[in-house]
Amino acid sequence: MAKLSLALLAVLVACALGLVTSQHKARKLFSELEREQERARNLDIEYGQLQLEASTWGLHSRVEKIATNSLAMRASDPRRVRLVQPAGAPK
Amino acid sequence: MSVAASPAFVRLPVWRARFVLFALVAAFGVLAGRAVYLQAVNTDFLQMKGASRFSRVLEVPATRGRILDRNGEAVAISTPVKSIWAIPEDVQASPAQVKSLATLLNVDPAELQKKFSDTTRDFVYLKRQIPPEQAERIAELGLPGIYSQREYRRYYPGGDGMAHVIGFTGVGDEGQEGIELAFQSSLAGKAGSRRVIKDRRGSIVEDLESIRAAQDGKDLTLSVDGKIQNIAFGALKSAVEFHKAKAGAIVVLDVRSGEVLALANMPSYNPNNRGKLTGAQLRNRVMTDIFEPGSTLKPFTVALAVDEGRVRPDTMIQTAPGKLTIANHTISDAHASGLLSVAQVIQKSSNVGAAKIALGLPKEDMWDLFKRVGFGAQPALGFPGEAQGKVRDWKTWRPIEQATMSYGHGISVSLIQLARAYSIFARDGELAPLTLVRSDMPVAGRRVISVETARALREMLEMAVQPGGTAPRARVMGYRVAGKTGTAHKLENGGYAAHKYISSFVGFAPVSDPRLVIAVMIDEPSNGQYYGGAVSAPVFSQVMQGALRSLGVPPDAPMQPVEVPGEGDEVKEGT
Repeated sequence: MAKLSLALLAVLVACALGLVTSQHKARKLFSELEREQERARNLDIEYGQLQLEASTWGLHSRVEKIATNSLAMRASDPRRVRLVQPAGAPK
Repeated sequence: MSVAASPAFVRLPVWRARFVLFALVAAFGVLAGRAVYLQAVNTDFLQMKGASRFSRVLEVPATRGRILDRNGEAVAISTPVKSIWAIPEDVQASPAQVKSLATLLNVDPAELQKKFSDTTRDFVYLKRQIPPEQAERIAELGLPGIYSQREYRRYYPGGDGMAHVIGFTGVGDEGQEGIELAFQSSLAGKAGSRRVIKDRRGSIVEDLESIRAAQDGKDLTLSVDGKIQNIAFGALKSAVEFHKAKAGAIVVLDVRSGEVLALANMPSYNPNNRGKLTGAQLRNRVMTDIFEPGSTLKPFTVALAVDEGRVRPDTMIQTAPGKLTIANHTISDAHASGLLSVAQVIQKSSNVGAAKIALGLPKEDMWDLFKRVGFGAQPALGFPGEAQGKVRDWKTWRPIEQATMSYGHGISVSLIQLARAYSIFARDGELAPLTLVRSDMPVAGRRVISVETARALREMLEMAVQPGGTAPRARVMGYRVAGKTGTAHKLENGGYAAHKYISSFVGFAPVSDPRLVIAVMIDEPSNGQYYGGAVSAPVFSQVMQGALRSLGVPPDAPMQPVEVPGEGDEVKEGT
């Protein structure tokens, strides 16, 4: 009887220690998850800001201004455009 | 007590042992009862109290959806900013610290000090929506009683060009104008909340439950094409400035899909900086303003007459002497023309001719046509404040009114209604439903006039932009275009103002297979010119040229036009 009790006690202690360890592990993993989720959120925010920046730099009015002013580009005169039909296209 | 009373000889009364036993049992009973009470009866309250020691409910913020143009470029994005607030009672700051805080916040130090000294309030915003880096520098000051809170701010990279389409949101991230308001429910996210366990240092150690999952707002892809929008806004802006006009509006529709490709207004505003906004800047004239369209309405009367077989395009109509009197009212043409064919009535924009055609039509049929092309009803785009215009009941029409309505007086429409109505000519007789959301799919329309009538009208409208018509300046090199000018006196105080006009032009191209309808309206041009053919047609031409090029529509006109836009004689019109 006493032997059984001792054995059960040992099992109990082992279980208790196991619980503590797994709880600790779970918390560690959880905080890692939190960190990663926070990182994902921040990356998402950064993505939004970069998209904003891209839109601002790529504004059509800005592109047009640079093309005409500093690159001296202009739209070609329609009279100087020749249309090429893809081979085999119905006329 | 007595010395002789040694324990061995004392015989205790039996009741004492019983009493002790009873007391012990009773004590256990009380303990058990208490345990039952705590565990079973009062457990909820205690659980709650316990939980409140370590568990916290956290708000999970949701972001508002982005708005993209049809090419996927962002035109409205929410990004986090900080708002700085204070508990005045807790603030302890030396004058020097207040001063440095004021510089960081870019506010007046005296103002700030005043906010701090008002200790009756326990929450006061110092400044809302500042960039996160700025908020970090404020946090580095380490002042007690000053806190920051994360909020979202909406940015509009498109600036004033897109302002009227997109609208804007208020501080609370609620849509207040335009698309932001129209699609508020799908754009706005739903903030969620979750319960967590926090440790002493405030970091989360365990997730207990998700009370409500946060739902981010849905992204919205508009039908608007940023490139065409930019061309349209630029052309409209320079025209409004050149003609010293009060306002202007333009809308570009895709004929096949019914999508709105561009929609711009002047004057506009910068949605990122709405410091001082006037009502005039905010007004979306394309959608919410109604005006008497003038001659741009003539094709509808003629279309009805042709459709009903009452006239043919080559039927001759006597418009001499350029005047027509009906019950004391005289209708007149800007230039008397004599005998004109029905096609020429459109080409030369003869009021007398249009009135004569209208008088040969039943009132009810005319009213019915106006209704069927969408006048007098909201265009149902889901946009806030869409005007429905005014079309009076045909039973109240007098003959003079029926005559004037044929050339667009006594009837009010919005620019978007007008543009949409022209889709019946561009789509072989079908009226297209409109949308502001990208669909990219040809849409089924509702038949209003027959295919033959629509084609006949296309030819007439093409004549109007050729030499001898009212709007040769609407021509686009390389493409066949068709359209109609309108120059209407403005309505003021119940009458027509003598020298105030609304110049408009509505047209489509390429005529062989129409792709785009563009409607332009310039309000009160006051730099000498006011005819639609001189003021609005060039805007149409410029935008059509750019838009067709950007869409890659193959040219359908001979590549060697002899005339260059701006040459050739031009006919002035009366209305």
